[in-house]
Amino acid sequence: MSDHHSHEDIEAVKRKYIIIFLALIVGTVFTVGAYFLEIHSVALTVALALFIASIKAFLVAGYFMHLMDEKKMIYGILASTVFFFIGLMGLTIWAMHDMPPTTQFH
Amino acid sequence: MDIPYTVQPRRDTGLYNAKLGIWLFLASEVMLFGALFSSYIMLRVGADIGEWPQRLLNVPIGTVNTLVLITSSVTVVLGWAALKQNNFARYRLYQTITILCAFGFVGIKSYEYYDKFTHYQVITNDGKVFDGHLIKRDKELVVLSGFEIDASKGKAHGVMEASGHGPNHKPHKEIEIKTSDIKKIGNYGPAHNTYTAIYFTLTGLHGLHVIGGALVIGYILWPGAGMWKTDPERYTNRVEVSGLFWHFVDLVWIFLFPVLYLL
Repeated sequence: MSDHHSHEDIEAVKRKYIIIFLALIVGTVFTVGAYFLEIHSVALTVALALFIASIKAFLVAGYFMHLMDEKKMIYGILASTVFFFIGLMGLTIWAMHDMPPTTQFH
Repeated sequence: MDIPYTVQPRRDTGLYNAKLGIWLFLASEVMLFGALFSSYIMLRVGADIGEWPQRLLNVPIGTVNTLVLITSSVTVVLGWAALKQNNFARYRLYQTITILCAFGFVGIKSYEYYDKFTHYQVITNDGKVFDGHLIKRDKELVVLSGFEIDASKGKAHGVMEASGHGPNHKPHKEIEIKTSDIKKIGNYGPAHNTYTAIYFTLTGLHGLHVIGGALVIGYILWPGAGMWKTDPERYTNRVEVSGLFWHFVDLVWIFLFPVLYLL
């Protein structure tokens, strides 16, 4: 976040924090509500839960961690992290069916 | 000699050093939790259909813990904003709430762990399977508050019945089993199955982060508070950096909660 703020700027930021806080609570209620709805499609349940979690993560990272208004250096660090994280998950998916020939399934 | 760039940003990075440091640290943390999440995916996808325990955890308790952590996240940023307005008393109030939330989170998590360590599954010599909370265990007798699982319907059905929450809830009764009749007995600790192993690993590591973060926030709030009088900008930066760590802990839980409790 930029380093110098007036009193009014901070008051506006505080209001924003409260709105984000309420949005996070609503997101949590939706996530749990979807669970109790007992959606029969597993894929839809997973997609919905992770979609809501991603929105909540965006709100926390973007506003509480000030990533909406940060220096390029931090974006650079995060870009390299995302690159390696995707690589890690990609390797996991790639290795999913990579079993030794003698593996027995039951 | 003064440590450089604790307040003023470096010209090349545009950041004070602690902020650059915490983001590099958080990048390594993303990879740490990422490795464990990918392990979870491997185990989850590799499990036979119906054999991955669902609804094993108490969703209302997990929801309360989520709300506790979200509350602590907003009090951290409001505390930092209070310092920006030179209001130390308000900052101290907000961060005290943060610490209380941390205690609350760890307390609730400890209760959940206790519940799992006292939740037992017993297989008898004649093939019957009992599931419930341990009331008594001595040389002659094991007493559970639980129910018998219909083992004849297969392992997947048994996993579902053992979950015991929501629609799987079955009435509990007191069951006495002679120790000599028991073939196998074990609690729902990390060694119970792959689900509990990854559950305890992920939440245990996350819990350690909560404790570590609370210790740092508490140190800055009380023993380290003298810096507010001598170097307020540097103190505010310390609060910001500890807050970034705390938000990361919150971020991890935002994904852990649906993955472990709901899916």
